Amino acid sequence: MSTPEKLLQMVIAVAVFFAVVAAILLLTQRLRSRRGELVQSAAFILPALLLICLGLLYPAIKTIYLSFTTGAINHTRFAGFDNYKTIFTTKTYITVLENTAMWVVLTPIIATAIGLVYAVLIDRSSFERIAKALVFLPMAISLVGASIIWKFVYDPNIGLLNAITGKLGLGSDHTWYASLESHPWNNVWLIIILIWVQTGFAMTVLSAAIKAIPADIVEAARLDGVGAFQMFRHITVPSIRPTLIVVLTTITIATLKAFDIIQTIAAGGAYHTSVLAYEFYFQQFKSANTGLASALAVLIFVLVTPIVVYNVRQMRRAR
Amino acid sequence: MTVTTEKLAAEPDPTNIPSVASDAHKRLSSPWASLAAAIIAIVWTVPTAGLLISSFRPQYDVKTTGWWEFFVHPHLTISNYQAVLQGSSGESATNLGSFLVNSIVIVIPAVIIPIFLATMAAYGFAWTRFWGRDFIFVMVFALQIVPIQVTVIPLLRLFVHPPLGLPAISGNDALAGGLYSLWLAHAMFGLPLAIFLLHNFMTQIPGELIESARVDGAGHVQIFTRIILPLMTPAIAAFGILQFLWVWNDLFVAMVFAGHDNAPITKALSDLTGDRGQEWPLLSAGAFVSMVIPMIVFLSLQRFFVRGLLAGSVKG
Repeated sequence: MSTPEKLLQMVIAVAVFFAVVAAILLLTQRLRSRRGELVQSAAFILPALLLICLGLLYPAIKTIYLSFTTGAINHTRFAGFDNYKTIFTTKTYITVLENTAMWVVLTPIIATAIGLVYAVLIDRSSFERIAKALVFLPMAISLVGASIIWKFVYDPNIGLLNAITGKLGLGSDHTWYASLESHPWNNVWLIIILIWVQTGFAMTVLSAAIKAIPADIVEAARLDGVGAFQMFRHITVPSIRPTLIVVLTTITIATLKAFDIIQTIAAGGAYHTSVLAYEFYFQQFKSANTGLASALAVLIFVLVTPIVVYNVRQMRRAR
Repeated sequence: MTVTTEKLAAEPDPTNIPSVASDAHKRLSSPWASLAAAIIAIVWTVPTAGLLISSFRPQYDVKTTGWWEFFVHPHLTISNYQAVLQGSSGESATNLGSFLVNSIVIVIPAVIIPIFLATMAAYGFAWTRFWGRDFIFVMVFALQIVPIQVTVIPLLRLFVHPPLGLPAISGNDALAGGLYSLWLAHAMFGLPLAIFLLHNFMTQIPGELIESARVDGAGHVQIFTRIILPLMTPAIAAFGILQFLWVWNDLFVAMVFAGHDNAPITKALSDLTGDRGQEWPLLSAGAFVSMVIPMIVFLSLQRFFVRGLLAGSVKG
């Protein structure tokens, strides 16, 4: 399709969408009886509900079923827990699980810690706005863009990092993430990319929470002669604890689903850097291994669920 | 007017309010704290700046020397951008321009459709009454936990082989080149959070406003279009910018549902990085071509973005 054709398709799609919605609403609005109220409720809710059932509910159930099967999608055979057994007993997949654990532990903790320290340091300083914008901006950058930015930093020949280590006398021929010898620590160079993106989120949300700490608590502590570090440890951190948990869990969920960084600069899970979300894609769309891919997806689901439930409870409590 | 001034006078001088923050401000005058903040700011800025500078350096310079050499040999060119956008420089042509158009074509309906449907559904859940309403709402909210990976295998199959003789919207000979599969997928994945957030804002609208409109004989549709939509504009903007950034920056949905012809710029760039990972003149310019539009949206609507972020940091 040419550019004008694509733009035309877009305009048609939006126009058709609004025409259908308008037709549904106009047809039902004249009904005023008790049953009419029900029809009107349906007119408002059903379009969204239909898409959710079709796009989330049905596929989720089907994927859970597929995770217990083997073979191509049209000719599946029931296989019990075989796919799960494979994941937990094959060396390749154990490495994937280990890598995922490393991502999930390091990313939320470091991103939140840096975001918190930075938020406290720049709070109410004269350059707060600009200082925030600098750390915040990576949030607008796609993970693909962030991966390219950091691949450039890690470049063996013209990258900044090798230039710095060279100047410091630590050698200038490191390959960073692209090194099998340093596995599993080569993961860290990829994890840094996600930390770099997520810190802005942590900083923004935590900064809002810090500003909401009641002034009298702080004043009382100061009158008691509490020092700066003590203030941070005994006043700031406990006061924003619910927000800290929301930030930590939100980044954890994002980390479990991170796929873009590996796909962009370590495609194929090169250098043993694959994680669950990437391995899912690889098994399904590169190896046509539907049963195993489904099991990997269900595994992400199982890991995400308790975190989301906990997160929602915390948010409810914080309100 | 007098009321306002009195209020202002009654408030304490903001510079005297003691807080954790002003305490931190004092600490910032200590050199170590300033140093720490400066280091963080530098680490978060320099990688992007380095790539930005490289994107304007001549090809030979980029490939042979580090970007900081620019300050010694300042040569500037826009030829890298010409190469990635038009594919004019022969061998290293990429034509990212057409993928940029794809991103725009994908993102506009993928933001408008879920937001409008979600606003309608949120209204239905908040201000119409029917049996099982709260149960269905909790179900919709709970579906946020479904990770996207769990849905794509059956969904793709559904799009390629739809039931009831409907036309295929993905795969070869798909309707509109497969664009519908991208729009629908993004709409489906965005809906639960959108409904939840907008419902939160919607329930804050005073009930008397809607009741009195009903008494005056207004139907749901009139209330929705005349009262709700105008009042909801800030909330819609807040969610709209979140959805915009998700869709624009998405790679996963694109890898699964997009073909080559309708791929967004993120997929094109990711492929380019895999195929020609050392072509830094192209990659650097390409990365910034993909970043310009979200950066503009982000910086100009930052206020709404922060509000949306604070309200809905639990996307499943």
